[in-house]
Amino acid sequence: MRPEDLLVPTPQGLYCPPADCHIDPMRPVARALVTHGHADHARPGNDAVMATPETLAIMAARYGEAFCATRQPAPYGVKTTINDVTVSFHPAGHVLGAAQILFEWKGFRAVVSGDYKRQGDPTAAPFEVVPCDLFVTEATFGLPVFRHPDAADEVAKLINSVALFPERAHLVGAYSLGKAQRLMKLLRLRGWDRPIHLHGAMVRVTETYRDLGIDLGETVQVKAADRKELAGAIVLCPPSALRELWARKFPDPVTVAASGWMRVRARARQKGVELPLVVSDHADWDDLRQTILDTGAEEIWVTHGEEDALVHWCGTSGLKARPLRLVGYGDEGETDEPAGEGEGNDRAQARA
Amino acid sequence: MNRFAFLLDRLSYEPRRNAKVRLMADYFRETPDPERGWALAALTGALAFRHAKAGLIRGLITDRADPTLFAMSYDYVGDLAETVALMWPGETRANRAPPLSEIVEGLTSTAKIDLPKRLAQWLDALDETGRWALLKLITGSLRIGASARLAKTAVAALGEDIKPDDVELVWPGLEPPYDALFAWVEGRAERPNAEDPAPFRPPMLAHPLEDANFRAFDPSEFAAEWKWDGIRVQASAGRDAEGRHVARLWSRSGEDVSGAFPDLLDKLTFDGAIDGELLILREGRVQTFNVLQQRLNRKAVTPKLTAEFPAHIRAYDLLFDGDEDLRELPFTERRARLEAFVAREANPRVDLSPLVAFDDWDGLAAARLDPASAGAGADAAAVEGLMVKRRDSPYVVGRPKGLWFKWKHDPMTVDAVLMYAQRGHGRRSSFYSDFTFGVWTEDAEGPRLTPVGKAYFGFTDEELVELDRFVRKNTTNRFGPVREVTHTEAIGLVLEIAFEGIAKSARHKSGVAMRFPRVARIRWDKPPHEADRLESLERLIEEREAAGA
Repeated sequence: MRPEDLLVPTPQGLYCPPADCHIDPMRPVARALVTHGHADHARPGNDAVMATPETLAIMAARYGEAFCATRQPAPYGVKTTINDVTVSFHPAGHVLGAAQILFEWKGFRAVVSGDYKRQGDPTAAPFEVVPCDLFVTEATFGLPVFRHPDAADEVAKLINSVALFPERAHLVGAYSLGKAQRLMKLLRLRGWDRPIHLHGAMVRVTETYRDLGIDLGETVQVKAADRKELAGAIVLCPPSALRELWARKFPDPVTVAASGWMRVRARARQKGVELPLVVSDHADWDDLRQTILDTGAEEIWVTHGEEDALVHWCGTSGLKARPLRLVGYGDEGETDEPAGEGEGNDRAQARA
Repeated sequence: MNRFAFLLDRLSYEPRRNAKVRLMADYFRETPDPERGWALAALTGALAFRHAKAGLIRGLITDRADPTLFAMSYDYVGDLAETVALMWPGETRANRAPPLSEIVEGLTSTAKIDLPKRLAQWLDALDETGRWALLKLITGSLRIGASARLAKTAVAALGEDIKPDDVELVWPGLEPPYDALFAWVEGRAERPNAEDPAPFRPPMLAHPLEDANFRAFDPSEFAAEWKWDGIRVQASAGRDAEGRHVARLWSRSGEDVSGAFPDLLDKLTFDGAIDGELLILREGRVQTFNVLQQRLNRKAVTPKLTAEFPAHIRAYDLLFDGDEDLRELPFTERRARLEAFVAREANPRVDLSPLVAFDDWDGLAAARLDPASAGAGADAAAVEGLMVKRRDSPYVVGRPKGLWFKWKHDPMTVDAVLMYAQRGHGRRSSFYSDFTFGVWTEDAEGPRLTPVGKAYFGFTDEELVELDRFVRKNTTNRFGPVREVTHTEAIGLVLEIAFEGIAKSARHKSGVAMRFPRVARIRWDKPPHEADRLESLERLIEEREAAGA
C-alpha cells in the first residue's frame, strides 16, 4: 500500500479515506479529528468532532457549546476503531490538550503531529515519541536560525525588567490560548506572586485552563479605568492589542512580546517590541530534526511553515520528504491573533 | 565585547532618542579607555577593516553549514550578520570572551590568510548577541538606530557645558580610540586642537508645499528657484593650519562623497561653502537624472567616465564666503553674496541656479507646469519642481517650519499588475515587500504582461501585511527567494504605481525604465485586464521628450 491510500491532502485539509474523516479541516466537514484548540486548527461548524477532552472543552469555551453536533472525547493513549482504521491521540506538548494523532491501518502507522514542541511546559502534557512509518510534521520554525532558549530564563528577563522599571507597566503580547497560560505558570514558578493582569480577550480561555486543573494564581481582568494605576504590573494581552489605543493608557508601557519569532531582530522591531522574549510553543530547528529521527519514519510530510528548508534537510539525511503546502495553518503563529475572538483574516481573504 | 554587545542590543530595541543617549553615555562613563573609544569609533562608523568583509563571513558559515540552508535562512532573516550569529553551530564555550579592543586590534593586524581562523575562534567564544555585534562591526553597518551625531551627543553628555556641536568641531582632528576627546569632556585635559578647513555643515531642508496652504502667503515675501533633479551637495573648501588648500564634497546627510567626483573636486579652488545641486552638464545643457544615474552606477571612476559624464555644481546658496559665516543673513542677502561669489570665481564647473520670476501664485503655478517657457528652456527635463523660499529666511539647520518649501511636479501614475514578489531586507525582512509589476502588451499568442519595474515602498505597514498575505496565498511558482503570483486577465492584483520620470532603456526587456516607482494605491477593486498597456507608457516617454526638446 501507499501512504497516499491512508492520508491525502485536500483543500479542506488532510483527509483519511478509509476512516472517512478530515484532520484539522479548514472548512466544515462531516467528521473532523482535531489536534488542538488554536483557531487555525480547530474551527466551528463540523458535524462530528473527535478530540481530547481538553481540546473539546477549549473549543466549547471559544465557540460556544454548539460548535459541533456531536463530540467524541479521545483521552491520550486510548485506541478507537473507525471502519478498519485504529485511531489514537498522544500528547504533542504544544498547548493544553494538544495531540498527535496515530492512524494504524493494515500494519502501516502514520502520525499527524499537528503543532508540537519538545521543550518543557508546566501547562501541557509532555510530547510523546510515537514510532511510525509516515510522520506528518509542522515546520513553523523550520530554519537553522531558530533555536529556542530556555523559556524560564526568558521569563526571568521580564521579571528583571519590572525590577529595573518599576514605574512602567509591562505589556506582554502573547497568544491567548497556551502561550499566555504558560507564561503565567512560568512567572509563578519564578516567584512572581503578585496578581497577573489580563486583557479581556484571554479571560475565558484562562478560566478553562483553571477548570481543567491548571493553577495559575491570582489573575485580574484589566478594566479601562484601572490602566493608569498599573505601574510595575505585568499585563498579558493578545499581540495585536499592543498596537491598539488600549495599550497607550498604561503608565509609560514597556512593549514585550513572547514568541519564537522574537529570535529575529527585524521581526521584533517591525512590531515595535522593546523587550523580546523568545518563548515558543513550537519545536525549534534542532527539535524538529530530532523528532523526525526519533519517530523512525521513512517518509516525512511537511504541512506548513518553513517547509522548504526542512524538506531539504530530510533529503540530505536520506529521508523521503514532501511539502504539503497546506494553506490556512500557521496564521495564528505567523501573523497576529486578533484581539477579539474569531478570525482576523476574513477581510483580506475576501479581498484576495 | 560582551559589554559592547549588550549596549548594541539595548540600543537596537530602544525607540526613544533620549534613552539611547543615556544608554550610550552610561556605557562611556562606566567603560575604561581604550574600550570605550573603540566603541565610539564603531558607533560613529569610523572603523573599517581592510580584510574583514562580508565575503569572509559567508565563507566561514558555508564551511560549517549546508549552503542551501544558509541561503534560505539569510533570505528569511534578511541580515547577514544576524543570520550567521543565529545559526553559528555549537554551544557557546564558557571561556573568556574577547574584549572589544582585542577584536579591533586583531581585525587590523591579523594577516588576511589567518583571519578566518581568528574570527571563528572569537565566534566560538561569544554568545549569540556577542556574535551578532562582532559580525555587525565587520560588515560595517550597525543599523541600531543610533547615528554618529547621537553618539557624539552622548560623549558631550559626559562633560559639563559641552554641547554636541563642540564635539563636532574638534572631531575631524581626532583618531580612534579618542583618549584626548574623553580626557577633555571629563575635564582632565585641554580641548583638543583640531579645526577642519572643509567641514560639513548640516543643510537646511524644505517642507512639501501642499496646493491648499500657500495661497494665504504674500507672494512678494518669497523667492522661487528650480528644484534640479540631481544630488544635493555641499562643496566646502578652505586652508588648513599648514596653508594647504582642502576641498570636500558632502552629501546632504554628511557623507563625504569627494572620492566619487575627482574631476569636480580638483576645480573647487575657492574658500567657502556652497549649497547646490550636483548635475551632469554637456555643452552647457543639464542632463536628466537618468544620465547622472549612469555615472553613479559605475564603481570605478575612470578618466573616460569623467569626460563622458562631467560633474557640475549648480549653486543655490552660500553658507561661508572665506571665513565669514553667512548663515544668519536673510536669503536675499546671501543670494546677492552668492551671485557676486560665482561671478568672481568664474569657475567653469560652478554656476548659479537662476531665480524664477513671478508676480502671484497663479503665475508660479504656471511656471511649475511649464518650466521650459518660464526660463528653464532646454534644461526643463531636469527640473523636478520648484523651491519656494522666504526672502528673509536665515540658513537654519534641519527642517524649520514656514521658511522653505518644495513644490514638486505631480508624479505620473500607471495601473500595473503584480507579477513577482521577493522578501525584503532590514526592517521588512520576512515580509514579501519587493514587488515586480507589469503592464499589458500583445504578441502572436495574445495579451500578456511584461514587467516594467519594481516597487518596494509607498504602502503602509498595514497594507504591507495584506500584500504579504496576498502573495503567500496566490503563489503559483517559486524561484529561490522570488515568488510568482497569479496574474491572469481575470485574477490578480492591480497596483497603482506613482513615479517621477520615465525613459527608454535598453537594459529592460520592456524597453522602459521608471524613476522612483512606488505603490500609490492598492486597487483591490480593479480587475487585472483593466490595467494599463505598454503603449501608454511609450506615449508618456514621447511626450516628455517632446516637452524637454
